[in-house]
Amino acid sequence: MTTDKKTETNLNRRQFLTNASRGACLLGLGGALGALASRAKSDDMVWQLDPYKCIACGNCATYCVLEQSAVKCVHSYAMCGYCELCTGFFEPEPPALNTGAENQLCPTGAIKRTYVEDPYYEYTIDEPLCIGCGKCVKGCNAFGNGSLFLQVRHDRCLNCNECSIAAACPSQAYTRVPASQPYLLKGKDTTA
Amino acid sequence: MIRRVTLPTLIICLLLAAVSLAVERFPPPDFEGGHELPLTTVPAPRADLYEYLDAAVLLAALSLGAWLVLKKRSRRGIFLLMLFSLAYFGLWRKGCVCSIGAIQNVALSLFDSHYVPPLTVIAFFLLPLFFTVFFGRIFCAGVCPLGTIQDLFLLRPLKVPLWLEQALGLLGYLYLGTAVLFAATGSAFIICQYDPFVAFFRLSGSLNMLILGICFLVICMFIGRAYCRFLCPYGVLLRFFSRVSKYHASITPDECIQCRLCEEACPFNAIEKPAQPPASQNRRQGKRLLIFLLVLLPVLTLSSGWLTSKASPAFARMHADVRLADRIWQEENGQAEGTTDASDAFRATGQPAAELYQTAQILQQTFYRGSWALGIFLGLVIGLKLIQLAVRRHKTEYQANRMTCVSCGRCFAYCPRERVRRKELETKHTEHGS
Ligand code: SF4
Ligand code: SF4
Ligand code: SF4
Ligand code: SF4
Repeated sequence: MTTDKKTETNLNRRQFLTNASRGACLLGLGGALGALASRAKSDDMVWQLDPYKCIACGNCATYCVLEQSAVKCVHSYAMCGYCELCTGFFEPEPPALNTGAENQLCPTGAIKRTYVEDPYYEYTIDEPLCIGCGKCVKGCNAFGNGSLFLQVRHDRCLNCNECSIAAACPSQAYTRVPASQPYLLKGKDTTA
Repeated sequence: MIRRVTLPTLIICLLLAAVSLAVERFPPPDFEGGHELPLTTVPAPRADLYEYLDAAVLLAALSLGAWLVLKKRSRRGIFLLMLFSLAYFGLWRKGCVCSIGAIQNVALSLFDSHYVPPLTVIAFFLLPLFFTVFFGRIFCAGVCPLGTIQDLFLLRPLKVPLWLEQALGLLGYLYLGTAVLFAATGSAFIICQYDPFVAFFRLSGSLNMLILGICFLVICMFIGRAYCRFLCPYGVLLRFFSRVSKYHASITPDECIQCRLCEEACPFNAIEKPAQPPASQNRRQGKRLLIFLLVLLPVLTLSSGWLTSKASPAFARMHADVRLADRIWQEENGQAEGTTDASDAFRATGQPAAELYQTAQILQQTFYRGSWALGIFLGLVIGLKLIQLAVRRHKTEYQANRMTCVSCGRCFAYCPRERVRRKELETKHTEHGS
């Protein structure tokens, strides 16, 4: 009889302790909810690279979790000098100033060069071909206007919780930006 | 005629232009022909709406899971839910964002006021915890894509000795502690970097991660849910909350008849046998052991804190700024040859090195304090684990351990009482019971 009673009080005590700890847990979770929700934004955050910090090291092409990087080259047309000898398009010492593959910097031939009027040429990126290697960006930054630059393309990016490229970027160019303004463009905003 | 100029001259001109002008070396032309400039395209990211959809699916899956585990007691239902979750959160959403990784966002937002966590991330972090306080580890049972992929690969579970299980289980605390330290200091999200299964969800990834993932899956064929049991940092939190849950999956629908049929049913070592209270001789010894452990606890905690603080320089190198400051210092003092991409990029910004050193120093101090905290946390965990092992509880029934049971529902069918409930078994038991 006494042992029964003892187990019963034991059980009651344990039950009470469990209930109390559950209450404490709920209180803690509620507190966390309050603290977090008061600061949270409904706007999602996405990754973007700051083109003014980027040194076009080439990591963007290789470190993305996607087979073909979500980072691609974009062109700020209003900044471009429409140079005939585009240092983003041509090898440093091209055999000839024409669109032959051996003259081009881009390993995939993703930049299209079209004649506009003498002596101006327009350079557009064929995005499906671009692998985001940044070779053209480097060339354009070195001797041109810097109108070619890299951006995370959000139609491709998976928005990883931590961007793998961000972890590998030597110039710490990656930041989280609000999804409502997902690009950090160079020059005047002339976007579609 | 500019086209006739030889290339070397042109390049020299360009170089000169490069020195004299930082931007707009070649002013954008005014086209006479009225050529219209193309527009830079800016494809939008996934709409916020979908993020809310994810949270809603999570809530629905958790509710359904709770009903399937506690009310319906249907392993098949849980299995189907598992498949759905794997397809949705794993393959469709590519394993990002997940509750496990959300720990880091929460830690970062608590320590860095500049980081604002999105609502959905908070929902992913808190919803499973709330459910666990009420219903046990429903999230693990059928919602977590990492758990489900491991569960599906379970082939022939081997029994892990209990002492090993307990010891390996401590790894999860270590993982949680370090992940929070690195996230809070803004160094890295290691849970995301070393997520072993995400390569399968995305069907792409680095070779190393793919190999790691395959290794894990092979291990999981024989040691059920190895990641869940020994590593998962979120599992550590869930275990803690599940311990005091209001309801919890139970092997038997009503009473345990001690038939021992379920003894080997759990592939995750979560079923506890009935235990007799120790004899009084042992009891006195047990008390002495307990007092010893209680005295040991503060010693263990402090020494572990001190020991871990010794590792803080190594931890600090996880932060890019500390690494960079190190490198710049070495280069400036002739201890390293050449430059790296990172040091080049830093010099290009024109920021004085002294500023960087100062940032790094502040970070190192933060890491020192953080390492102490981590060590104290780990010491406490080990101490409390020892105490928990020393306190033997009196149990009369076969029960699922509330902490380690993931509510997968495998054991239900082993229980004859369950089979009676399902009317698969008409035995005398029921007749004389009623
Ligand atoms: S990793 Fe950084 S520096 Fe390198 S190309 Fe990408 S953004 Fe530029
Ligand atoms: S050079 Fe590289 S970054 Fe530039 S367009 Fe070609 S592939 Fe893209
Ligand atoms: S967030 Fe992920 S998918 Fe997007 S660029 Fe970074 S690594 Fe690639
Ligand atoms: S223990 Fe972790 S990995 Fe396993 S199911 Fe639970 S949350 Fe997922």
